[in-house]
Amino acid sequence: MDTCDANHVMERAPAAKQVTMAIDWEHYDIGAGYDELVEAPGRPRAPAQPLCRYLGSLTRSEIEERKSAAELAIMTMGITFTVYTEEGGSIDRAWPFDIIPRIIPSHEWMRIEAGLKQRVKALNLFIDDVYHQQRIVKAGVFPQELLANSVNFREECVGVDPPHGVWAHICGTDLVRDRDGAVYVLEDNLRIPSGVSYMLENRLVTKRVFPELFEHYSIRPVDDYPSQLFDMLASLSPRPADSPAIAVLTPGIYNSAYFEHAYLAQQMGAELVEGGDLVVGDDDCVYMRTIEGFARVDVIYRRIDDLYLDPLGFGTDSKIGVPGLLRAWKAGRVALANAPGAGVADDKAVYAFVPKMIDYYLGEEPILPNVPTFLCMNTQEREHVLANLHQLVVKPANASGGYGMLVGPHATATQRAQFARLIDHDPRNYIAQPTLSLSTVPTLCETGLAPRHVDLRPFILSGSENYVTMGGLTRVALRQGSLVVNSSQGGGSKDTWITDEV
Amino acid sequence: MLSRVAERLYWLGRYLERAEGTARNINVNTHLLLDLPKGTAFGWEPLIFIMGGEELFFQHYRDAGQQNALEFMLADPRNPSSICSSLQQARENLRTLRDVVPREAWEKLNHLHRYANDHYAQAIGGRSRFPFLTQIIDGCQLITGLLTGTMSHDEAYEFVRTGRNLERADMTTRIIDVRSASLLPKHTGDLAPFANIQWMSVLKSLSAYQMYRRQVHVRVSGAEVLRFLFQDAGFPRSVYHCLGEMQQSLSALPRNEVPRRYVMRLKRQVGEAIVQHLAHEGLHEFIDNLQVALGKLHDRIRATYFLTEAPAPNSRSLAA
Repeated sequence: MDTCDANHVMERAPAAKQVTMAIDWEHYDIGAGYDELVEAPGRPRAPAQPLCRYLGSLTRSEIEERKSAAELAIMTMGITFTVYTEEGGSIDRAWPFDIIPRIIPSHEWMRIEAGLKQRVKALNLFIDDVYHQQRIVKAGVFPQELLANSVNFREECVGVDPPHGVWAHICGTDLVRDRDGAVYVLEDNLRIPSGVSYMLENRLVTKRVFPELFEHYSIRPVDDYPSQLFDMLASLSPRPADSPAIAVLTPGIYNSAYFEHAYLAQQMGAELVEGGDLVVGDDDCVYMRTIEGFARVDVIYRRIDDLYLDPLGFGTDSKIGVPGLLRAWKAGRVALANAPGAGVADDKAVYAFVPKMIDYYLGEEPILPNVPTFLCMNTQEREHVLANLHQLVVKPANASGGYGMLVGPHATATQRAQFARLIDHDPRNYIAQPTLSLSTVPTLCETGLAPRHVDLRPFILSGSENYVTMGGLTRVALRQGSLVVNSSQGGGSKDTWITDEV
Repeated sequence: MLSRVAERLYWLGRYLERAEGTARNINVNTHLLLDLPKGTAFGWEPLIFIMGGEELFFQHYRDAGQQNALEFMLADPRNPSSICSSLQQARENLRTLRDVVPREAWEKLNHLHRYANDHYAQAIGGRSRFPFLTQIIDGCQLITGLLTGTMSHDEAYEFVRTGRNLERADMTTRIIDVRSASLLPKHTGDLAPFANIQWMSVLKSLSAYQMYRRQVHVRVSGAEVLRFLFQDAGFPRSVYHCLGEMQQSLSALPRNEVPRRYVMRLKRQVGEAIVQHLAHEGLHEFIDNLQVALGKLHDRIRATYFLTEAPAPNSRSLAA
């Protein structure tokens, strides 16, 4: 584990009575890890040189000013997310944001983008196959029992043909960089990935805080995402001749990602609807209740989990869903993005097979590698995991948001024993991975500038065409040494710059 | 437009206006208490009655002293009409409307909401009360002006405007009610000199004094103030004017038959009432009836545009 003594960084005597520089790159200690901006103390990587020079020229109070400007912008813009507490309450928090951006040079990004497109293409072919012939199972490439025990496999979706054969229209793939500088895929979020609005807002905040930097850098813009999303959704419309009526379906304002649902609807000029706004007619079409009566909806970007979508279709007692929605979708009268059942591939055990899927469906080598993954369902691998809990990260196959995972090196003996029992009890539901030494980015902490671990979540759109966001959402673990970047678990975020050579 | 969106726009308009009206109401009461001679002070209880909160208030407080009354009206989260609650609910409504309302309005409302929560405590004591209430009134006015000046005057806007004017008409009646019979003993002898001061403070609390002066040209008298605040066609906070605004808004909305006819009838009734006599008696009853009628208008608007329980369409109803 790479940690850094942040206090050490700041405990230098400030030159008395002089204007003190707040950031001294000579004293920025990255330890043994990989830092995204700095190669070694005092040596910024080439693309980061203008940024580091600029930051180094600011006085302590100028930096404080920039920080407050960002905080003010976030407050005023009302960028919030909701945290669920164990007591069952929820609170709205301002989005934690660090003003120092993360930089990825465009030549490196082009390779990542190609890798993401390749990966999502294979995943969509896999999902379509799973709900049709299951050729990949018959070919012996993918084990039958993983499907049989999948909580995200939807019997109701078998045989359905969504437009373009695409099921996962919006995918958020988490990338991490290890000590050696190599980029790995950590997981693919294919159900209802969130975070893209923060990516867009982070850029707006950074433009307000560091306008002068945008004059010196050639930074690829990110703000065409909403129009790309709109075009992708429109390409799914069952009435391609007309201009499609698109709606974003949200569980409501108490959902942790509500801010994003509202934001995207606004940016796309789509209706933001709740379950109660929609009804399915006996013609299998979906209608919105409006002040003029009922109006038909063609495409629904749904931000509600499968099982809550339709109490009739999935036999649940969901109050936030739309009775009959599944029927309308199967009849081809409305498009749903992502398609119900797409989550079958959003499973950390299924994840382990993605490189094989790329080979099986596309006949290609994976451009982006997986993190080595042990499947606890396999006896040999399970024994290895149980014997090495102290150096592995154990994750439940179906959870998200960083909940319910064990970071072996940080865990107590009791926690490890508890996980050993959990794994024994339900081996299919657990995977383990080596503890990666996630790369860091310089971050302004309470104690001053210090390296903090980051990941990256780009978003991939698939409809009639494919699109990858320019960069993505960089999430940062604000606690020293922490590897957990989820906003619900004390994480923050940074702006991500894809820059052309300067 | 979605029925639910229309409903939230309407409530955004109402809650913003309610926060402003409550601030104005507390202002007029503060000034009255300062102006009246010692010993005649009626305190804060009547105001709580007028705002319709007495039942809730006495569930949570034992006496209506200044501290309790102001806590209740400024900030108590259990009081849905307190200034902080109103701003909170305006914000909750606006936050679901970010696709239809200009972003600046959201930023300003966030700011105002935060200000109210951070500063109400100082306003309870006294010295900071006036600047606090002024800030609230200014903040609401700013947002109202921002919507008027930057939001397309389409159906969405008409729902905000309808909500604003309904609440404003209601608030104007409540502010006049502060001066109604329940507050003071029938003014005889000693208190007579103060009657004008009280009517003036009512006008001032509605920012109506200057406009009244330009319009009326006679000394401030109860009868004329009532005529002005109920029936003046041009003053934006008069009940008659608010009803006219609602009539215009509803005319721009689809399927407006029922609510529009109701608002036109109510407007005619208010216009024809002989309000001059009310300065002596019957004011409170008149106001009560008016408030009931405004409630019925709300029910008609709701039944026409907001009810989300309408049955699913079938092939026949769609063909029609």
